[in-house]
Amino acid sequence: MSPDLLKLIFGRLTIESLPLHEPIVVGTFAVVATGGLVMLAGLTYFRLWGYLWSEWFTSVDHKRIGIMYMILGIVMLLRGFADALMMRLQQALAFGGSEGYLNSHHYDQVFTAHGVIMIFFVAMPLVTGLMNFVVPLQIGARDVSFPFLNNFSFWMTVGGAVLVMASLFIGEFARTGWLAYPPLSNIGYSPDVGVDYYIWGLQVAGVGTTLSGINLICTIVKLRCPGMTMMRMPVFTWTALCTNVLIVASFPVLTVVLALLSLDRYVGTNFFTNDFGGSPMMYVNLIWIWGHPEVYILVLPAFGIFSEVTSTFSGKRLFGYTSMVYATVVITILSYLVWLHHFFTMGSGASVNSFFGITTMIISIPTGAKMFNWLFTMYRGRIRFELPMMWTIAFMLTFVLGGMTGVLLAVPPADFVLHNSLFLIAHFHNVIIGGVVFGAFAGIGYWFPKAFGFKLDPFWGKLSFWFWVTGFYLAFMPLYVLGLMGVTRRLRVFDDPSLQIWFIVAGIGAFLVFLGILSMLMQFAVSFLRREQLKDVTGDPWDARTLEWATSSPPPAYNFAFTPVVHDNDAWWDMKKRGYQRPLTGFKPIHMPSSTGTGIILAGFATAMGFGLIWYIWWLAAASFIAMLAVGIGHTFNYHRDFDIPADDVIRAEDARTKLLAGAK
Amino acid sequence: MNTDTHAAHADDHHHGDSRAHGSFSTYMLGFVLSVVLTAIPFWLVMSGALPSKQITALVIMAFAVVQIVVHMIYFLHMNTTSENGWSMMALIFTIVMVVIALSGSLWVMNHLNSNMMPIHQMTGMK
Repeated sequence: MSPDLLKLIFGRLTIESLPLHEPIVVGTFAVVATGGLVMLAGLTYFRLWGYLWSEWFTSVDHKRIGIMYMILGIVMLLRGFADALMMRLQQALAFGGSEGYLNSHHYDQVFTAHGVIMIFFVAMPLVTGLMNFVVPLQIGARDVSFPFLNNFSFWMTVGGAVLVMASLFIGEFARTGWLAYPPLSNIGYSPDVGVDYYIWGLQVAGVGTTLSGINLICTIVKLRCPGMTMMRMPVFTWTALCTNVLIVASFPVLTVVLALLSLDRYVGTNFFTNDFGGSPMMYVNLIWIWGHPEVYILVLPAFGIFSEVTSTFSGKRLFGYTSMVYATVVITILSYLVWLHHFFTMGSGASVNSFFGITTMIISIPTGAKMFNWLFTMYRGRIRFELPMMWTIAFMLTFVLGGMTGVLLAVPPADFVLHNSLFLIAHFHNVIIGGVVFGAFAGIGYWFPKAFGFKLDPFWGKLSFWFWVTGFYLAFMPLYVLGLMGVTRRLRVFDDPSLQIWFIVAGIGAFLVFLGILSMLMQFAVSFLRREQLKDVTGDPWDARTLEWATSSPPPAYNFAFTPVVHDNDAWWDMKKRGYQRPLTGFKPIHMPSSTGTGIILAGFATAMGFGLIWYIWWLAAASFIAMLAVGIGHTFNYHRDFDIPADDVIRAEDARTKLLAGAK
Repeated sequence: MNTDTHAAHADDHHHGDSRAHGSFSTYMLGFVLSVVLTAIPFWLVMSGALPSKQITALVIMAFAVVQIVVHMIYFLHMNTTSENGWSMMALIFTIVMVVIALSGSLWVMNHLNSNMMPIHQMTGMK
C-alpha cells in the first residue's frame, strides 16, 4: 500500500508507535494482556456477559452506577499506585552516578500519568461513586433526577480512563507533568501523541463529570422527601451539593482551557505560545481557576463522610450542624478566591500575592471549625472504634498536619523557597491521602454493608489501615525534609549521596502502602467468602442516624416502598426513637426508569472519536462523531423509558424483608 | 418521567410552575430582540461606524451582556420567584463566579504583564 493511503487509514499510527523497544512496557503489556484474557475467558465460561450487560452496564439504577464508579476508582488506583512505586524505586536507586532503571522518556510519562490518574480516575470516581450511591438514599428518593444521564456520565468517565490506559501500550503519554503547562505541552515541544492523549482523555471524562454534577445538584434540590428542608439534609448531602456546584462552575473552565490548547496544537493558533502574542501564563492562570476548586471538589464529600461516621460511631447528634453547613458553603465560595497561590513565583506583584496569600489562610478558618465540630461530637460520646471511625481519627491527625503545612505554603515569601519542591509534594499528598483517600476508605467501610448486605472483614481492614497509615507517614515525612533542603519535584537522578537515605525511607513507606492496598483487596475477597458470617439483615448494622439505613441492605431497586417523611435532622434516628413501624401492607406499583444501552454506546463512540483525534485518523473521528449524533437523536425516539414494578413484586420483596427482620430479633 | 416517578412529592415541591412558561408573543419578542441585538454589533463591525476598534469591541461586549439577559428572561423564563428562588440563587452564584474569574484573571495577567516583560521595562528605562 502506498504511504499516503496508509496515512489516510491510520493517521500517525504506525508499527513504530508501539513501545516495543521498552522492555518494562512490553513486560507490563504481557501481564495485563494475559490477565485480561483470563478475565474475558472467565466471563465467557461462566456466561456472565448477558448478566453484566443487562444488570450492570445498561443499568440506570444510581446504586449500581455508584458501585461501578467505585470499582473503576479502585482498578485505576492499582495503575496509579504502580506508577508511584516505580517513581519511588527510581528515586531510591538513582544516586552516585547510577541512572536508575527508568530512562527520562519513560520516567516523565510515569509521573504525569500518576498525577492524572490519581486525581481524575481514582479520586473523582471514588467521590462521585459514593455520592451517587448515598445521596438519593439519604434524601429518600427513588433515583437521581436523570437516571439515563447518570449511566452516560459513568461511561464517559470510563471512556477517558480507557484512553489514558491505551496510551501505555499504543504510543505514549504526556511527559509534561499532570497539568501539561505550555509552552512544553505545545506542539513545538511535545509533537508526539502524549499530550493529545492527555487532552482527549480529560475532555471525554470531563463531559461525564460535568453532567453528573448537574444531575446530582438537580437531585438534591428537587427530589428530597417530604419534610426534608435544606437545613434537615444530612451533612454528606450538603457537602455533595456544594461539591457538585463546584463541579458545574469549574469544569467548564478546564474544558475551555484544554480546548484552547488543542486549537494551539491542531490548527496552529497562538493562545499559549511564546510568540505572536500568546501567553503560556494565561494557561497556568486558567487551569488553576479550575484546579483549586477541584481539590475542594474532592475533599468536601470526604468531610461529609467524616461527619456521618463521627456522629454514628459516637452515638451522638453531630455537634454544630448549622456551623458545619455554613463552613461548607464558605469553603465553596472561598475555594474560588485562592487559585493564584499555585503560582506565586510566576511574577505577580506584592499586592496580588498578598491578596491570594491571605484568602488562602482564611480558608483554614472554616476548615478548622469543622475539625472542632468533629472533636466536640466525639467529646463525651460512646465511641465505637470500628474501621470507618479509625480512618476518621487517622484523617483528623493527618489532615491537621497537612493543613498546617498548607498555611505555611500560603505565605508568599516562604513559597518562593518551597515552590515546586518536595515540600509541596509532601503537603498535597498529606491532604489528599489524609483527606480524600482516608475519607473514601471510611466511606467504603461505612456504606459497604448497605450496598452488599454484609460487613467488611475487620481483621484485614485493620491490617490495611495500619499499613496505609504508617506507610503514608514513612513515605511523605522524608519528602518534607528533602523539600526544606531544596530538592525539587520530578527529578530523575540525584548527585548528592547524603539525600539517598531519605528516598530509601520514602520507598519503604510506599512499599508499606502497597501492602495496605493488597490487604484491602484481601479484605474484599475474605469478606465475600465470609459473607454469611458477616451478614447484616437489619439494614442498620451501625445503629446509624440517616435515612439510607431505614431501608434494607442491599436496598431494593426502588429504595423505599413508601417515600419516607422526615421530622428531624437525623431522620432515621428520630424514627427509631419514636418507635417507627415499617408499613406491611398497602403496597402499590412503583414507577421506575428502564435500563438502556445508549449511554455505553454513546461513550464508546466518544472514546473512538478521541482516539481518532489523537492519532489524526480523521475518518474515524468524523465517523464516530456522526455515529454519536445518530445514536443520540435515535435515543429521543425511544419511548420505552419507564415501567412499573408490579405491586406483587414490591409485596414479595417487602415480605421477604419482614421475615428477615423477624428472624433477626 | 421524573415528575411521574416522584408524583408523591409534587405537593411539597413545586415542579416549576406553569406561569413560568412563555406565550407565543413573549417568545417572538425575545426572538426579535436577540436578532436586533445581534444585527447591530454585526453592522458596527462591517461598516466601521465607530472611530476606534477598542470602542467597537466594548460596545459589542455590552450588547452581548444585554443579549444574555434577554435569553434568560424570554427563553429560560427566569425571574426572582421561579423554582422557589433557586434560579435566582444559581444566577447570583454564577455571576459571582464569573466576576471573580474574569476580574481576577485580568488583575493577575496585568500584573504579570507589567512585571515579567523585560523588553517593555527596558524601553521604559530609556
